[in-house]
Amino acid sequence: MKKSLLLGTIAAVGVLAGAASAATLDDVKANGVLKCGVSTGLVGFAAPDANGRWEGFDVAVCRAVAAAVLGDSDAVQFVPLSSKVRFTALNSGEVDMLARNTTWTFSRDVDLGLTFVGVNYYDGQGFMARKDLGVGSATELDGATICIQTGTTTELNLADYFRSNGMSYEPVPIETNAEAQQQFLSGACDVLTTDASGLAATRATFEHPEDFMIMPEIISKEPLGPLVREGDEPWSDIVRWTLNALITAEEKGITKDNVEQMAAAAGNDPEINRLLGTEGDLGGMLGLDKQWAMRAIAAGGNYGELFEANVGENTPVGLSRGLNALWTQGGLIYTPPFR
Amino acid sequence: MAMADQPAGKSFRLSMLLYDTRYRSITIQVIMLTLFVIGVWWLINNMYTNLAIANKAPDFGFLWNPSGYDINQHMIDYSSQSTNARAWLVGLLNTLLVAFLGCILATVLGVFIGVLRLSKNWIISRLMTVYIETFRNVPVLLWILFANSIFIDTLPQPKTFRGENATSHMLWDAFAFTNRGFYIPKPTFGEGYLPVLIVFALSIVAIFIFRKWAYKRQEATGEILPVFWIGVGLFFIPAIVTQLVMGSPIGLEYPALKGFNFKGGFHLRNSLISLWLALSLYTAAFIAEAVRAGIMAINKGQSEAAAALGLRQNRVMSLVVLPQALRVIIPPLISQYLNLTKNSSLAIAVGYMDLTGTLGGITLNQTGRALECILLLMLTYLAISLTISMVMNIYNNSVKLKER
Repeated sequence: MKKSLLLGTIAAVGVLAGAASAATLDDVKANGVLKCGVSTGLVGFAAPDANGRWEGFDVAVCRAVAAAVLGDSDAVQFVPLSSKVRFTALNSGEVDMLARNTTWTFSRDVDLGLTFVGVNYYDGQGFMARKDLGVGSATELDGATICIQTGTTTELNLADYFRSNGMSYEPVPIETNAEAQQQFLSGACDVLTTDASGLAATRATFEHPEDFMIMPEIISKEPLGPLVREGDEPWSDIVRWTLNALITAEEKGITKDNVEQMAAAAGNDPEINRLLGTEGDLGGMLGLDKQWAMRAIAAGGNYGELFEANVGENTPVGLSRGLNALWTQGGLIYTPPFR
Repeated sequence: MAMADQPAGKSFRLSMLLYDTRYRSITIQVIMLTLFVIGVWWLINNMYTNLAIANKAPDFGFLWNPSGYDINQHMIDYSSQSTNARAWLVGLLNTLLVAFLGCILATVLGVFIGVLRLSKNWIISRLMTVYIETFRNVPVLLWILFANSIFIDTLPQPKTFRGENATSHMLWDAFAFTNRGFYIPKPTFGEGYLPVLIVFALSIVAIFIFRKWAYKRQEATGEILPVFWIGVGLFFIPAIVTQLVMGSPIGLEYPALKGFNFKGGFHLRNSLISLWLALSLYTAAFIAEAVRAGIMAINKGQSEAAAALGLRQNRVMSLVVLPQALRVIIPPLISQYLNLTKNSSLAIAVGYMDLTGTLGGITLNQTGRALECILLLMLTYLAISLTISMVMNIYNNSVKLKER
């Protein structure tokens, strides 16, 4: 009798826990703020500016989701997470979503109980070294000392790359990007390795960026994207389709400046009409209102605008679109249709 | 009270469990124990249930999968193809290494500083006070980071040793101090090295036998032999003579700059040295205080009596005061050793791959098995700590006052 009562309690707690995690949308609406996990500081992707306001390419995804769900792109609580604690923080409900240069891999998707909702940056692991080291290519790195952030896919790629090329190296494991910079700049390691976009962002913060080179080799595929907890489909749909809305907006020429005007009345293109809510009710299917996508785009602009403003060629990070151009322009950025 | 006078068991009623003082405490304890067990069981069960809901029921199978990452300092064979369990072992050995080195250095420094703090020389005793107060009142993590930044920022890079007009030079062409660590010569064992090792081992045995004989002789005749210097001679001379006779089979491999780094010799990484130094200096401050307390606990009459017998100051300390002080020093010393070992888990701050860095760091991260890794980690630290305290307790029993 007592035992069954106890089991009942446990089951109830379990169900409650399940229910709590199953309705992230309600939680976010009730709190009036979106808790978004971001990196601990990577210029261009997620870093506070001089006024303490978080800015960056990943941050923009959080702001777009907040704008779509809550109607306010500033209703976001940014939670800086190290690469080590990010999944635990997401799984335990400390954050509602993660937009933190996270590589989509099989084991993370399947084994860790996470749902990747898409890719916002196609990246690959690269190497950066001082120009006066006299090394032009990663194949000449036999015996080098390499600084590496622990708890990332780069650690495993590095081991694989050196093993398959029959080279040896001395890994120097490091906890955060800031420490990696300190060790690298003082010459405690010859080479710094991480995703190529991260290297460019890190180099942008150096005093003399021109003294450093990023090697041509890209040794891995690193599709980076936002992710949510597994088992809450309505919520993952919202984050996924907010990202897709930003990409479709670029494809259809909807920008930050003209989005309100285009959303005012139905136009000739039915997909734009459906996206901006002047035709049908896609927002209602997500549990949001008709204007959700309009607000997401108005928050910071479409995918292309966000790219140019945060990491593009005219910013200190200086990344070219490359693989991250739209599919119509030879890149990989593509979304399913809004229909 | 009236009830207590009744013969027990004659008419036992259930209410006696509560109202009879003979049973009440047992009743309360049984209830508390039951509640406690249920509480613990509920917590564990809750964890299992919720983990199972999240599709993450505890499973230790990951330990036998390849780890996939490299570890720079490994005392046993290890590569990225080795299992996670082996990475755990590598981390364990690294933890034990730094704890062992740390305990030795901390004890030597601690005893030295503790004795000096009691010095009659004003400057020396004040200096030691300043040392103790600075080191034990700043968090050890800061000392570790501080030591590491000193090594990284002040020592030269390996490339400055290169070329005609190198700005840095090796010490005696054998030692290189760089911001990637210290490179020191390594012994190499050539043909016929075994006799040299055997002679060396024999001379160590001889030292012990000689010391025993010398003390016996001292007790019998009162003559004091120069035990220390004869011991030093026994330690070096036979082994060196054999080494020369056998044609120098044991050589030294010197580090040399090759490619990006120095190659050859031993490589003591900055991470190990800074962790070792910081932990030792920090713990030494606490040990010094324990030593001081131990010495001060010895009655002044003891050293006065020893002085009256004509013993010199250093002999009074080593023959009379310290042996008695050990009884007071050892129990706090045990807990300092345990502290040092546990503090070594801060190693990841400087990138030293200890237990926390391998099993609790990279393995945890790459497999996502947080609960399992942390449980194993706690059990491992528990086992290390209990072993240390067991060994130290055996030692404590051997030095404590024998009551007859």
